[in-house]
Amino acid sequence: MNDILAGFRDPEVARHLVDEIHRIAVEPCTLMEVCGTHTMAIAKHGLRGVMPETIKLLSGPGCPVCVTANPDIDLAIEIARQPGVVLTTFGDMMKVPGSYSSLSAEKAEGRDVRVVYSPLDSLAIAEREPDKQVVFLGVGFETTAPTVALTIREAARRKLSNWSALSLHKTVPGALEVLVNDPEVRVTGFILPGHVSTIIGTAPYEFLAREYGVPGVITGFEPVDVLQGVWMLAQQLAEGRAEIEIAYGRGVHAEGNPSAVAAIEASFVPCDAEWRGIGVIPGTGLALRPEFAGYDARARIPVTVPEPREIKGCQCGDVLRGVVLPFDCKLFGRACTPEHPVGPCMVSSEGSCAAYYRYTDYGKD
Amino acid sequence: MCLAIPARIVSEPNEIEMAEVDILGVKRHVSLMMTPDAKLGDHVLVHAGFAIQVVDEEFAAESLEMLGRMGIKHADELDAELDGSDEAAEVPAS
Repeated sequence: MNDILAGFRDPEVARHLVDEIHRIAVEPCTLMEVCGTHTMAIAKHGLRGVMPETIKLLSGPGCPVCVTANPDIDLAIEIARQPGVVLTTFGDMMKVPGSYSSLSAEKAEGRDVRVVYSPLDSLAIAEREPDKQVVFLGVGFETTAPTVALTIREAARRKLSNWSALSLHKTVPGALEVLVNDPEVRVTGFILPGHVSTIIGTAPYEFLAREYGVPGVITGFEPVDVLQGVWMLAQQLAEGRAEIEIAYGRGVHAEGNPSAVAAIEASFVPCDAEWRGIGVIPGTGLALRPEFAGYDARARIPVTVPEPREIKGCQCGDVLRGVVLPFDCKLFGRACTPEHPVGPCMVSSEGSCAAYYRYTDYGKD
Repeated sequence: MCLAIPARIVSEPNEIEMAEVDILGVKRHVSLMMTPDAKLGDHVLVHAGFAIQVVDEEFAAESLEMLGRMGIKHADELDAELDGSDEAAEVPAS
């Protein structure tokens, strides 16, 4: 396996792909990646710097932490403030600022906020500490949603009465449809997310090619993977094709993972969701199904959430839509740095601003 | 956030579909609930404590070979250009 991974990091293969991309990408195009892991891979490996002038690489709303809206973060914080509550979540969520606070600030104030590796770990906490109300804050796209869906099912199977989930999960295709319809965003091709597609396959993206004539290539995360994705998009554009293709066949099947999709559908129903920078997108959220209402933190731990407010001067919303680059924000690198982040795109390890800041020399190109 | 790490299954799954995997030398238990076809010795992509897909190693090897061939083809084209010969024209387009 390590040999295979080494192959996808091979500088020789990468160089040939770069040459091929230069050869065929004659017409100007704007390719958007919608996965925070791609944002980091492109910045880390300096791939923006090796693209021909005709290819502009933009980052979209691919970081689930970054697109979580303030009212939702505020809700999680209010739940964490309730007596007897243990709020468990992924590490990425801790430092993300809501309107007035963050989970890590709350933890410093003495609230019981714990980082877990897997949602199943929060079930173990609930079993170990029966006098506590354990809440799992679920954030993430289709990659993560089935892990929480199965954890909800497992909680029901174990008849846990002190565990619930706060689902802030979102689904990707609806956001892409908003972007292709946004006159401020002009995307000619999508570098589609690898592990979201591991779950959902190609079908949910087909409308992009069919109805909008915008091609998409499902892409992996090693440098050769990303270059192969860009190369396949450049080929489609050069040939005037618009299709949804897979450049990450070792991890993605066209049909996705039917067991995982079934798990999502068994625990969740689509609901409207607010995306930072974009607004409410109908049907892109995942709410617990009525039969799991007993495991829904929104019902179990009712709280009053203060009026949300936006951070002054922060352009994360525009960065997430690909309308401005991180460098264009007046706060970037001055008031807003990874040490003292103002907006979520600088907080998250996968945020566009954090990626640009960390790999400045590449990002400026 | 949507990162998934390749890991090798090193134990038979137990009654609740948990199995031990080796992630770059680190052992941990993950759920195989989403990958009912995964077998001992398979590589799987692991995300948040769950295997989300069996890695298609054969496919990976084939795509590397394809990309490698492209590099050879490309090098041939360059050589042909440098030689001033028109052999490059005979190389089929990819």
